[in-house]
Amino acid sequence: MLQNLPIPFLVLSFLTILSALYVVTSKNPVHSVLALIFTFFTISAHYVLLNAQFLAVVNLIVYAGAIMVLFLFVLMLLNLSKESEPVKSNWWGIAAAISAGSLLLIITAAFQVSGEAVAKNPVEGIGLVKALGKVLFTRFVVPFELTGILFLAAMVGAVLLGKREKAVDALISKEESNG
Amino acid sequence: MSILSVFNQVEISHYIYLSTVLFSIGLFGVLFRRNAIILLMCIELMLNAVNLLFTAFSSYMGDADGQIFVFFIMVVAAAEAAVGLAILVLVYRNTRKTDVSFLDQLKG
Repeated sequence: MLQNLPIPFLVLSFLTILSALYVVTSKNPVHSVLALIFTFFTISAHYVLLNAQFLAVVNLIVYAGAIMVLFLFVLMLLNLSKESEPVKSNWWGIAAAISAGSLLLIITAAFQVSGEAVAKNPVEGIGLVKALGKVLFTRFVVPFELTGILFLAAMVGAVLLGKREKAVDALISKEESNG
Repeated sequence: MSILSVFNQVEISHYIYLSTVLFSIGLFGVLFRRNAIILLMCIELMLNAVNLLFTAFSSYMGDADGQIFVFFIMVVAAAEAAVGLAILVLVYRNTRKTDVSFLDQLKG
């Protein structure tokens, strides 16, 4: 079943799964972030294969460029790059593996039962800015505007949470000096 | 090899399996790791698995709606990462750790 697949798809899928596993298993958080960025690059390549060029570029800019840099900033700001994570017991790992494995099994089995009901109808140029913009600004214009409100709320929330409160800080330092 | 020829050689089921594996890896990470930053990263991984599946179905069916949904998921993920990391920095400032065990101390 696998040998009929084109080489680019196989290599990309292999790299995606491998780097995703490294994100989860790596002890050093900075290595995890870098592996996740690599995963996003491979997923972008998948988008190109799938004829979704606009999404490929947006995925690179938004995920690999903005979100992961934010993660990296926070990691280095908090100085967590050293391997300081307390190790969970083996039992916890086994339980997590069993849970994730059962989910994989159930979804795969459900798909095997339901079978394929998708008609292949690829249209050229569907993933380009022209086609996507037309859909986004006609049928999906209300959700698009709501996204703006969501972003505003997230921005205000992040600024508010990140602001140092003098009263709270004084209370914490007082507690620290007492205990 | 032209881009569109991929559709003739790769079935949609292969993308379903790939996304399922990615999602399961993300779920395993959420259950297994203790560092809250890594938990957020695993959630991003799960969101990306869903994105990949949305895009695959959208491209195979020749319907652009799925790709618009991916766009919205990216927006929500960005907002979630910003607020989540802000909360994390706040928690770290108060407890000096990013272990998820800080959730024990929540009172309400």
